[in-house]
Amino acid sequence: MIDWLAEPFTFVFMQRALAASLLVGIVCSILGTFVVLRSMAFLGDALAHAILPGVAIAYLAGANLFVGALVAALVVAFGIGFVARGGAIREDTAIGILFTAALALGVLLISTAGTYATDLTHILFGNVLGVTTTDLRITAALSALVLVVVFALYKEFVLAAFDPVLAHTLGRRPEAMDGLMLVLLALTIVVSLQTVGVGLVAAMLVTPAATASLLTRRLPAMMAAAAVVGGLSSVAGLYLSYYLDVASGAAIVLVATAAFLAAFLFAPRRGLVWRRTTRQEPGM
Amino acid sequence: MNGVGEAAGQAVLYVEDLRVGYDGALALDGVTLTVPHGAQVAVVGPNGAGKSTLFKSVVGLLRPRSGRILIHGRPPGDQDDPVAYVPQREEIDWRFPVSVSDVVMMGRYGRLGPLRRPRQIDREIVAQALDRLGLSDLASRPIGELSGGQQQRVFLARAIAQEPHVLLLDEPFTGVDVRAREMVLDLLQSMRARDVTVLVSTHDMETAARRFDLVALLNHRLIAYGAPDHVFTPPHIAAAFGGQALFLDGMVVIDQCCPGHVGDGVAHRHTHARRDEVGHAPDRRGRAP
Repeated sequence: MIDWLAEPFTFVFMQRALAASLLVGIVCSILGTFVVLRSMAFLGDALAHAILPGVAIAYLAGANLFVGALVAALVVAFGIGFVARGGAIREDTAIGILFTAALALGVLLISTAGTYATDLTHILFGNVLGVTTTDLRITAALSALVLVVVFALYKEFVLAAFDPVLAHTLGRRPEAMDGLMLVLLALTIVVSLQTVGVGLVAAMLVTPAATASLLTRRLPAMMAAAAVVGGLSSVAGLYLSYYLDVASGAAIVLVATAAFLAAFLFAPRRGLVWRRTTRQEPGM
Repeated sequence: MNGVGEAAGQAVLYVEDLRVGYDGALALDGVTLTVPHGAQVAVVGPNGAGKSTLFKSVVGLLRPRSGRILIHGRPPGDQDDPVAYVPQREEIDWRFPVSVSDVVMMGRYGRLGPLRRPRQIDREIVAQALDRLGLSDLASRPIGELSGGQQQRVFLARAIAQEPHVLLLDEPFTGVDVRAREMVLDLLQSMRARDVTVLVSTHDMETAARRFDLVALLNHRLIAYGAPDHVFTPPHIAAAFGGQALFLDGMVVIDQCCPGHVGDGVAHRHTHARRDEVGHAPDRRGRAP
């Protein structure tokens, strides 16, 4: 058993993969609690797809993919705010337009390169086994940055999310906190690029946090539970990927989904089974 | 319009020719009023009269098209003295995973910098506020598990924890039980001792007449403003409530069907404001008869 658990990590690339996916699992899940509470899942998914052109340009120019992704994410994040602000277009419509356009642009750019199919697959669905030491350092630094900002400004984020009206009357600027949240979201998505890829980041943002929301009743506990679910899903997914020889990003996401389904069915008080079996009073 | 006669210099709240609108129609049209320090004002009018709009403008959530609002001589959002505002219940996401004491603690955030954690004194003030509204036993409950009246009390406790100089309560008597209603009235009584200036919106004319110093009768325009016996005259009430007001043998009946209200489980709510004799106000210092 020990051998079975230890064997994958005799490879250096697997050690780096483990470190990277643990970090991503934890950061995504913690930030994801805000994504879930504020119904920003669509925005998160859109933002993830929208970084594709940035990645493509960086790739074609031989620059660092992180930088390209980050620039693209920030441009799109503020672009959505700008288009939606006028009020002539609803925000979800603005998101829909901008993210598909960015996605199309990214695909177009990548299609000009010779190794189109492989490159696109890696960007869309991650390539955690190809994480380099430099990648790992950048991932660790950005993850630390996101976590420090979230914890330092924790009560301000909660205030802006729960009651923007109160935030206003206390002289705060909840829109500024929303903007900062968007920047953190962009950073997190960029960090996740290599582990789960553009196509599956949204799952890591939403699924562990949604699982945690079924198991906990207060926000700090929800964040902790989400981090545990996200971290464990990453590790378990990596084992599955190694022993079954399947794509690692997809395996991580499916483990997280299984955890969610388990909570959805069996969570105390809020699970489907619990509610069915305790509802014995009148009727039905 | 009936003036109050206080010098503008003493006024804690000064509203001048206020016009506020949403896409076209004006919700408030040329409202001018002066609220003296420590006064308790009932803002009375039918649904959609602009009561909430007035409060939101005063706390700086809505930008007026024209006119001026000054609190302690300064525009909204520019005060060191906290202005506490308790909106209507519907405006909150009750599934948010926060406990009762978490919510009340948010009232202290105005006195804490963005990076500061709550201090011992903040926790004590929160505990007192919870105790004051009979919520101590529920302190660690998620807010989503509370009844409507309990939820209302949580937000009142939060407003107290802000230690405000100006307190605005939007429809605190709507959709709550008798106990919550009495608690609001007791709270208002205790605010007198602290010289807190209070504005409460309601369509309950009886409470407005019995418990408040001043009444502002509003229906987009300010119909009348002053002492209750001055304001609640048949012509004023007819002007504010129009066809909804029925005068029956020295008694006013307001028939209000609430188009915009959902969630309190009552399709039609009728507010009957009974008074022994219109134009003859009860003791306006608000002691119970």
